[in-house]
Amino acid sequence: MSRQLTIIQAIKEALDQKMAEDQRVMLLGEDIGVNGGVFRATEGLLEKYGSARVVDTPLAESGIVGSAIGLALNGMIPVVEIQFLAFIYPGFEQIVSHAARMRFRTRGQFHVPLVIRTPYGAGIRGPELHSESVESFFVHTPGLKVVVPSNPYDAKGMLISAIEDPDPVIFLEPTRTYRAFKEEVPEEMYRVPLGKARVIQEGNDLSIFAWGAMLRVAMNAAKQIEQEKGWSCEVIDLRSLYPLDRDTIIQSVQKTGRACVVHEAHKTMGVGAEIISLINDEALMYLKAPVKRITGFDVPVPQFTIEDSYLPTEQRIKEGIVETILF
Amino acid sequence: MKTHTSILPADHVLEMYQVLTSDGDVREDLEGRIDESLMLKMYENMVLVRAFDRKSLILQRQGRLGTYAPFEGQEASQVGSAMALSPGDWLFPTYRDHAAAITHGQPLMRVFLYWMGHMEGTVCPEGKKIMPYCVPIATQMLHAVGTAWASKLKGEKNVSIAYFGDGASSEGDFHEALNFAGVYKAPVIFFCQNNGFAISTPFARQSASRTIAQRAAAYDIKGVRVDGNDIFAVWLTVKEAIERGLAGEGPTLIEAVTFRYGAHTTADDPTKYRDQETLSQEWRTKRDPILRLRMFLEKRDLWDEKREIQLQKEVSEKIDAAFQEAMNYPKSQPDDMFRHVYADTPWQIREQQQEFHRVCKKDGIKA
Repeated sequence: MSRQLTIIQAIKEALDQKMAEDQRVMLLGEDIGVNGGVFRATEGLLEKYGSARVVDTPLAESGIVGSAIGLALNGMIPVVEIQFLAFIYPGFEQIVSHAARMRFRTRGQFHVPLVIRTPYGAGIRGPELHSESVESFFVHTPGLKVVVPSNPYDAKGMLISAIEDPDPVIFLEPTRTYRAFKEEVPEEMYRVPLGKARVIQEGNDLSIFAWGAMLRVAMNAAKQIEQEKGWSCEVIDLRSLYPLDRDTIIQSVQKTGRACVVHEAHKTMGVGAEIISLINDEALMYLKAPVKRITGFDVPVPQFTIEDSYLPTEQRIKEGIVETILF
Repeated sequence: MKTHTSILPADHVLEMYQVLTSDGDVREDLEGRIDESLMLKMYENMVLVRAFDRKSLILQRQGRLGTYAPFEGQEASQVGSAMALSPGDWLFPTYRDHAAAITHGQPLMRVFLYWMGHMEGTVCPEGKKIMPYCVPIATQMLHAVGTAWASKLKGEKNVSIAYFGDGASSEGDFHEALNFAGVYKAPVIFFCQNNGFAISTPFARQSASRTIAQRAAAYDIKGVRVDGNDIFAVWLTVKEAIERGLAGEGPTLIEAVTFRYGAHTTADDPTKYRDQETLSQEWRTKRDPILRLRMFLEKRDLWDEKREIQLQKEVSEKIDAAFQEAMNYPKSQPDDMFRHVYADTPWQIREQQQEFHRVCKKDGIKA
């Protein structure tokens, strides 16, 4: 049976169902228990599963991630919530030096099945350091998986996959879309495999690669271009940034011969650069124009009065599409 | 600047617990607390790890080991604490705590492999919970909190012990670990070997608090300051900490006051920042952990020169055999770096591996 759910509701349902099914799954984070998380992703779970499994931790991100690594080493499946992506920095060392490397360091003897969920991205009118999009830090770290759902169906299915994954997964939740829309979500448990992109809309003239909150902006831009110019864009939600779904990317570029990457992270060394490099490696001779990046700027995400100017807009994406097609 | 590492309990903050004096006498009745066979085992273990340490330094100078971190002088702290553990307990060593790892069951051969730069030097025997030597400072303390916490949740009667030095007590993770462990009453033992220096920085510049053990008070957990060169005191203290942890009374912070005779690592020159010879000589003659126990054993007629010669011979043979085994162990192959990054190797790594093989083959190099 399906119902209409928001991303937040879909995430809560995934956590709830995995906790009911597997006693080893436990949640850790600041304000996740009584308060249900600052975005209410864990609301009601404390009452249901008790304070031993839904843990309001001290305010210390390294402490949360570091102790979760130990819990994972000793047979638990911790799902950590970090309140906002930029708050992860105090826990960064534990993620990159230990969670990501434990399997490698012990030659497979020990591993860390850990999920770190965190809201990320701009467009929520948050204070400073509440709007970052620094997925590159984690994509650049061997041993981590980095995934980003953009809709309620994927949010539930990907979170269940992430919890069942034997490796540490950074699960980025686009804050801006948490409650922006509802979508049909099956009540039963299902899995959306990590490492697979999804073609949202088929098209022939240009491929657009996006993820997270940028997906809907890119979709709107593609629709307007179709109306205004009659060009059809193939829109692809990458969903998983590491591993990356190469086949879907390359097949699309081979079909359309043109591509734009849209991300709200800073331009330099962003994931967009990697996608372009991949296209160069695998599909250069299919290209009719250089691949364009429409991204955030190489500046800290500014205060909210001018936040929208930092973010890629439909207008900027449309201009990128036009420039690429008319090259 | 005050010297905090004085062997005498000169400060009034927290007294230092000592059982075995420098002269080989005991301060309290040990009847029924440590039996004689255990005392002998303590001695044998300390002799073994000291010989291992000395051999490793020689091998490093011969270019047969990479950079090595010696521990000579800290045998009582490492051996005594690890001997108090049960086989199923979790041990989180730093890169200096191979004596603790060896005592808890890590084969000498593996420790050699580690310092020979072998990829499999961190693997511990099946079923053991000896974690890889931790390089980033204090980070492993939180892992020990997590494993202990999980033991408690699962109802397993195991504790976790994390080793660290005095420098680690300045790191944020030290404080986060103590705080978390206190809040969740995790059966974890934080075992600090305060040897007075974090590379070149003396403890008085590391910390305004006069002892590390007193920090426990801030987290409302048990803190103990112990003579780290007194294996009886170390063993009894850790035993008590384990009992407390398993009884649900939470973590213990133990500060073992000790001294390392040699350099931080074979890449370090301690004469630049401390009066190396005088300090080492003073600790060697007046406070050495092995000498002290030997005097005690001899006074009780449990040890003599003949036994000593026999033990030294056995230990030397054992170490030589372990080194031979390490030398004969199949060398790490470049290909090994592509393994165990993920449970299932993603296409990126798989293809980079194939590309590497292709180039090696072309260049006639073994991958």
